[in-house]
Amino acid sequence: MTTFLLKRLAIGLVTLLVASIVVFGVLEVLPGDPARIMLGMNASPEALQSLRALMGLDQPLVTRYLNWLGGMAVGDFGASITYSSPVIDLIGERLAVSLPLAMIALLLSTLIAIPVGVFAASRRGGVADTITMGTAQVGVAIPNFWFALLLVYVFAVGLQLVPAGGFPSWNEPWAAMKALILPAVSLALPQAAILARVTRSAMVEVMGEDYIRTARAKGLPRKRVLWRHALRNALIPVLTILGLQFAFLLAGTIIIENVFYLPGLGRLIFQAISQRDLIVVEGVVMLLVASVVLINLVVDICYAVVDPRLRVRR
Amino acid sequence: MKTLATMLGAAAMVLTSGSAALSARTDLVVGVVLEPPHLDPTAGAAAAIDEIVYANIFEGLTRIGPNGNVQPALAESWEVSDDGTVYTFHLREGVTFHDGTTFDAEDVKFSLERAMAEDSTNAQQQLFSAIETVEVIDPATVEVTLENPQGSFLYNMGWGDAVIVAPESAENNRENPVGTGPFTFENWAKGSSVTIVKNPDYWGEPVALDEAEFRFIPDAAASVTALLSGDVQAFPNLQASDSLPQIEADPRFEVVIGATEGETILAMNNGKEPFDNLQVRQAISHALNRDEIILGATSGNGVPIGSHFSPASEAYVDLTDTYPHDIEKAKEILAEAGYPEGFEATLKLPPPTYARQGGEIVASQLREIGIEFEIIPMEWAQWLEQVFTNRDYDLTIISHTEPNDIEIYARDDYYFDYDNPEFDAVMEELEATTDPQERNELYGRAQRIIAEDAVNGFLFQLPKTGVWDVNLEGMWENMPIQANDLTQVRWTD
Repeated sequence: MTTFLLKRLAIGLVTLLVASIVVFGVLEVLPGDPARIMLGMNASPEALQSLRALMGLDQPLVTRYLNWLGGMAVGDFGASITYSSPVIDLIGERLAVSLPLAMIALLLSTLIAIPVGVFAASRRGGVADTITMGTAQVGVAIPNFWFALLLVYVFAVGLQLVPAGGFPSWNEPWAAMKALILPAVSLALPQAAILARVTRSAMVEVMGEDYIRTARAKGLPRKRVLWRHALRNALIPVLTILGLQFAFLLAGTIIIENVFYLPGLGRLIFQAISQRDLIVVEGVVMLLVASVVLINLVVDICYAVVDPRLRVRR
Repeated sequence: MKTLATMLGAAAMVLTSGSAALSARTDLVVGVVLEPPHLDPTAGAAAAIDEIVYANIFEGLTRIGPNGNVQPALAESWEVSDDGTVYTFHLREGVTFHDGTTFDAEDVKFSLERAMAEDSTNAQQQLFSAIETVEVIDPATVEVTLENPQGSFLYNMGWGDAVIVAPESAENNRENPVGTGPFTFENWAKGSSVTIVKNPDYWGEPVALDEAEFRFIPDAAASVTALLSGDVQAFPNLQASDSLPQIEADPRFEVVIGATEGETILAMNNGKEPFDNLQVRQAISHALNRDEIILGATSGNGVPIGSHFSPASEAYVDLTDTYPHDIEKAKEILAEAGYPEGFEATLKLPPPTYARQGGEIVASQLREIGIEFEIIPMEWAQWLEQVFTNRDYDLTIISHTEPNDIEIYARDDYYFDYDNPEFDAVMEELEATTDPQERNELYGRAQRIIAEDAVNGFLFQLPKTGVWDVNLEGMWENMPIQANDLTQVRWTD
């Protein structure tokens, strides 16, 4: 188990290093001068020059890369050019929205999807199976921003139960939760639809295995077989999808953040790209790469917990 | 039972009269499209900065009023020497900055010199280019000497880039703006909103609002739902052409179409073949149908222009008929210019709707005279680099939102690469003229020269679609300068 973990960690670190080179390189070749963007169309060449020097853009490429990498190694992500505050603080502020949002959405999606998937698998080929999987198919097909707008019109404009968007702050926990409900639901439903379909097909496959028949034959109740014996073995593909979904929810919520104008990570990175605030883009992307690496590591550990055979094999 | 009913009735009456007796609301949420990068108007060009701090948090010697005229602000009055080079400003006394420090002549000297300095990052350094010296006469008097008379000097001092800051706080204004205005900065929830509150120690007439929040809503559909749900009560400039009829029909809201300083032009690369040929530019101008473009790009709300000047200005001359829409004539001129079959060109479009939608229409109109376009949509950073800085373009559509900016046609190395000594001479004369009447005449001549030279395709003045609660008054109808001045805003219910 320890060698397994160490190996995984080493792979993760190499991934991070390669990612840092790619991220830095790609952003370097991107057209657009950050100083010009900040000072606008009427700016004088002198003002542009002094701002460039101020931002350290006049230094050679390799020096800037090494400075950046060295800084990150000790937890210093640099300071945003446009906001002129430390990148790490900006990320922290945005994570305070994005992380809870992703977790609520993931929780909702899991709570809906797994029971539905198991239920559909247990009624395989029946009417209930057809209806739930049909609904899930529709859920996969509906774009989440459209669904989000629908929710806003019903619950914010019509019933006025929740705000149409925005985020107060965690100083007002109740208002903050209210602000996250609609975004979480609109993120969770399409994810739940996918997850339910995966759960069902994994369950169907497992249900055809010999040991399930044996368990049933030795007289175990149907429910117990379903939830204890079958589900546990069907969890591997489900966990894989869950891991992917969490990474997606953390980084890929930009459209939903726009619909609800939430100050999350997606908005930060979008804004930073259009302002050519490269240091922020680099910091956020590295954080996302790190979280994907971490999530994969956790998923790998979960595999091993769920299936003891994997602990030995790897 | 009867008693109960009477009691309830009485209670209801007390409640109604009670709420009527309560004073009107004093809080406001204003929706804006873009979040500013920081809050220091003297260190960045982003309009989003001025749209929060101008007149609310920061004040200058003068200020620009709702109709674009110059009004006194921190300078109560001023005298100009006969040769127009010495301005003596009499400052208001008893003014303090939000951090409690006193405002006096030293702050004015500091602010102007900081903006003029060699290493200054002020985005509009040309506003201060004429200043030679700034002298403190006494704490309430400042004398500014110019190298040469500058007719626009008082106007320039009213820009957001020329506001007065204190040496004690200037370095921190990006994160914590400290000015002299009627509102003080309260909080900036990054990515979400900026909140300002009433300044109890304000030198002038106190504002009616106790608290105002500027909420950043970049998405057009989200702005509409925020308005309909009541989360936001005012959008000084709503970007929602498709939903506008729905909002106009709603009795809760007032929709006010105003003017901005945004001259929207089909900019042409005058330094590049075939656009260096006057006839080609004339042919293009004849081929443009402004009404169609305005309808498609602004839902019909833009005002047609025939030169680079705002129709709201008193110096405006209507030149829309210089090259009237005439396809046959356009084809004729283009043939004379040596392009009977037309030619191929690129049209690079920045992100705003007016450019993207207007671009499609312009391309189809110019196709009629044989000019085939490759349309290239771009994001802002790319546009600024390729088109604006490197001049790597044929045609583009852009709105020039700075007020009174016809002087850009006199600049060397500007992106449309136009050079006409006659025009430059008019601009020089204008700089040296202070008499308003003469200035207007010179502006008129300048407008005619660039209109006749067909430097660019002059399309329309960008409209401002203001939407707010019917019970709100004091919002600006027009946008003569980039600002959302809340000092006169109050609830009437």
